[in-house]
Amino acid sequence: MSQRREERRSSYTKAIGAIAWKDLAAELRSKELLSAMLVFSLLVIFIFNFSLELDVKTRNSVTSGVLWATFAFAGTLGLNRSMSIEKDRGCLDGLLLAPVDRSAIYFGKAISNLAFMLIVEAIVLPIYSILYNTNLFKPGLLLVILLGSLGYTAVGTLLSAMSVQTRTRDVMLPILLFPIILPVLIAAVRASGGYLQNLPFDQILPWLNLLIVYDVIFTAIAFMVFDYVVEE
Amino acid sequence: MQTKPSALKALDIFSLILLAVATYLALVFAPTERVMGDVQRVFYFHVATAWVGLLGFVAAGITGIIYLRTQDLKWDLVEQAAVELSLVFFFIAIVLGSIWARPIWNTWWTWDPRLTSASIVELIYLAYLMLRQGIEDPDRRARFGAVYTLVGAISVPITFVSIRLFRTIHPVVIGSESASAQGGFSMTPDMKTAFFFALFAFTVIFIDLFWNRIRLGQLQQKVEQLKLKVME
Repeated sequence: MSQRREERRSSYTKAIGAIAWKDLAAELRSKELLSAMLVFSLLVIFIFNFSLELDVKTRNSVTSGVLWATFAFAGTLGLNRSMSIEKDRGCLDGLLLAPVDRSAIYFGKAISNLAFMLIVEAIVLPIYSILYNTNLFKPGLLLVILLGSLGYTAVGTLLSAMSVQTRTRDVMLPILLFPIILPVLIAAVRASGGYLQNLPFDQILPWLNLLIVYDVIFTAIAFMVFDYVVEE
Repeated sequence: MQTKPSALKALDIFSLILLAVATYLALVFAPTERVMGDVQRVFYFHVATAWVGLLGFVAAGITGIIYLRTQDLKWDLVEQAAVELSLVFFFIAIVLGSIWARPIWNTWWTWDPRLTSASIVELIYLAYLMLRQGIEDPDRRARFGAVYTLVGAISVPITFVSIRLFRTIHPVVIGSESASAQGGFSMTPDMKTAFFFALFAFTVIFIDLFWNRIRLGQLQQKVEQLKLKVME
């Protein structure tokens, strides 16, 4: 009995791994999603540079805001693309036919979306550091970026699965996502700003807690309702 | 089904009377506040409409869950009615609040938790209505709508908390007041009468409109079914 349960569990994680790996392998070959996200994020940073006049004085206080706005915008690009590929090529139907729990599809997609986001962030951060001569490599900041991206993709994967099935598709995702994702952005901006301005840890901690709570709650919610989103 | 139930007719008239009495109590009966003057009279309707907006918000979240459990389209109707009412009443509350805030806070708007959360609810519900518009299949429309109200119902309180981590200047007239709040006051018995009557009146008006809206939805469904029948 317990052996069978063990088997089922291992097939579940295998299914998640297979779905995430499929996305990553396809992306490594075509690189269309990552390159679009990257170029787009660099353009957003350029726009911010001229619209905000990022001089030395203001830079410290707005850097975290600029970074998170960039990630949020670039993220919708990736989420949209990653789901519409599934939809357009009929791949989603194939996945739904597979004899695995549907939440495995959600976790697989969420993991690959998170990976794309982290890759983009890993390239944007050093470029930003060079352009503005600020050191962004603080372990705390990296933790905030990980937690923030986690919450972002947890909700984003669920909502993008919904938005690709509507008539207006691409337009719909940011409209659905941004009001829901607001707590993550507030907390992530505050926490990253705290680390960049070297605030004491007890002022950053509430924001970190908030991020963790949000991540846990929304991963759980998405896990529970994903079935209803992909049901035919 | 075709004719309006007489109980609903009676409730319509009753809520009209209540609205008239509440207006009288707020504008004439209640004493003028010593510091703020007549503009404080906005408070009675402001709190009442915000309360009713909150009722709609909670009702939408709960009916969303019930719909997902039962898959009965009747609950989708109720949910949509709750969303629309919440949208309208929160909007009224925000506008009334702005009218009060202009002379008291010396600004139309501030990014306070209550103000921001109410406006985020507005944005989420607008997104909800757009989402529904983009989906033809009634079952899928209902499922996506329910998932989205559920996600929104959980996200908004977190938004509220996350902004609360900053300070707030919104006065708390009932319950404990935060030190930085501006424009608070204590109510005289006559003010309390006007206040609680307005709360009661708007709750009844809400129920009346809710009922009417659900009935409208049922009629819409019937028209759609008849249309399909004619086409056959």
